[in-house]
Amino acid sequence: MSDSNPHTEQPLITMSGVNKYFGDFHVLKNIDLTVHTGERMVICGPSGSGKSTVVRCICRLETHESGSIHVDGIELTDDPDSISAIRAEVGMVFQQFNLFPHLSVLDNLTLGPIKARGMSRSDAESLAMTYLERVRIPEQANKRPGQLSGGQQQRVAIARSLCMEPRMMFFDEPTSALDPEMIAEVLDVMVELAEEDGMTMIVVTHEMGFARKVADTMVFMDHGEIVETGPTAGFFDNPRSARCREFLDQILKH
Amino acid sequence: MITSAIIGSRRHRLVGLLVIMAVMATLSGCGAGGNWGWYVVDPTNPSGWVNLKFLAGGFASTILLSIIAAISSITIGLLIALPGLSERRGLRLINRVYVEVVRAIPLLPMLFWVFYGLPQIFKALGLDITINPFWGAVITLALSDSAFTAEIFRAGIQSIGRGQSEAAQTVGLNYLQTMRYVILPQAIRRILPPLANQFIYIVKMSAFASVIGMQELTRRANELVVTEYRPLEIYTVLILEYLVLVLIISQGVRWLERKMGADERQR
Repeated sequence: MSDSNPHTEQPLITMSGVNKYFGDFHVLKNIDLTVHTGERMVICGPSGSGKSTVVRCICRLETHESGSIHVDGIELTDDPDSISAIRAEVGMVFQQFNLFPHLSVLDNLTLGPIKARGMSRSDAESLAMTYLERVRIPEQANKRPGQLSGGQQQRVAIARSLCMEPRMMFFDEPTSALDPEMIAEVLDVMVELAEEDGMTMIVVTHEMGFARKVADTMVFMDHGEIVETGPTAGFFDNPRSARCREFLDQILKH
Repeated sequence: MITSAIIGSRRHRLVGLLVIMAVMATLSGCGAGGNWGWYVVDPTNPSGWVNLKFLAGGFASTILLSIIAAISSITIGLLIALPGLSERRGLRLINRVYVEVVRAIPLLPMLFWVFYGLPQIFKALGLDITINPFWGAVITLALSDSAFTAEIFRAGIQSIGRGQSEAAQTVGLNYLQTMRYVILPQAIRRILPPLANQFIYIVKMSAFASVIGMQELTRRANELVVTEYRPLEIYTVLILEYLVLVLIISQGVRWLERKMGADERQR
């Protein structure tokens, strides 16, 4: 999992010239993006700027109309084999958690390993408990998602993704649906994942404190375009574009 | 009073039923001087007892017929609902055509068509397949009901948020696994009440099987009417027979709902 070797070998994810439309709405315009193994990228931007769509395209929850997406050397096409090969390497955490409400926490975590990976129940359960301990809620294993707080649910969702042992994790506004006091517990888990495991991550978020602490690369999107991208320090201290500066001023004001 | 005894207290439906029986007994008392002749179904009267046993003898076929038809209807309905949820137009069209055509066909002509028409087609195809009244009725009820079940399934599956199937996909489940382990278990809980409605509907519509000669509840009542000339008394018993069946089903469904509700506490 932690074969972090930043920025020397070929990129883990490459998007080049990716375009996507929702009907007439041009949601992604000529997106070029590269992510290297071990890199932590934070994508920010106003709502509707297409930042979620970028990560959703990489794990094929959305299709792209033109351009190419490569993950670990595999091109993402309509071919179901390419889709499942890529999804096997990607863990996804959603804004709305999307836990399975009819299953216990433990069953949420073991469903993928057992059904998709063919793992035995006992192996899957011990794997699940390992990750529940990682996100510090092993005692909730037999509860239903609906009995947990939002922060706990999101940590379960992170553990559920980790159970598939992905090479990279995508977080699509993971704290936006949480009450303020629960944001920290989720971000702590994510920081740990970045710093201790060297997990390759793309995080769509407005949590700029988290971005400063964890991100190697910042991406600012607006109106479906990547307006600015660069190393974290320079991005915050000296944004080049006016639009990006304006956005940062807005969200860092308070 | 009687209706409030039936509707008002769920747990005492049986009591309500007994009240109806008591009313019948009273009416049977009046019968001596009036138009009623409850003796034909009076359990204390030897020939009435024989008649009652004859009528009740139809329970087994009605129940068996309804259960097989309902299971088939649910299976066909699900298979028809799934293409209706596809992103491909052609598949959705298959669903639309099936639902629109099948639910437009009245039950009785469909029954005649299956019972008398299908064997003709089989014959023309050189197949030696005969359809007995039981299977004729099962096929008709299952097909006819499946169009409604398909719409119930479609609505139920659509009511489960898109995030659920997205999450299932990202943990590596394929389409069938996503349906089987994530979507359907949640959808079934929501569509249990309308599915139960359809089951009750099937039980009642199974009465049509009598016209092609199947020995179920209604057929037996018809036969008894022909020999006893007491249609109102006999059909009253027939109605009570269906009432008993339907009440048992409702209780069963309530139990199922409670059981499913108990092991799920959704947000």
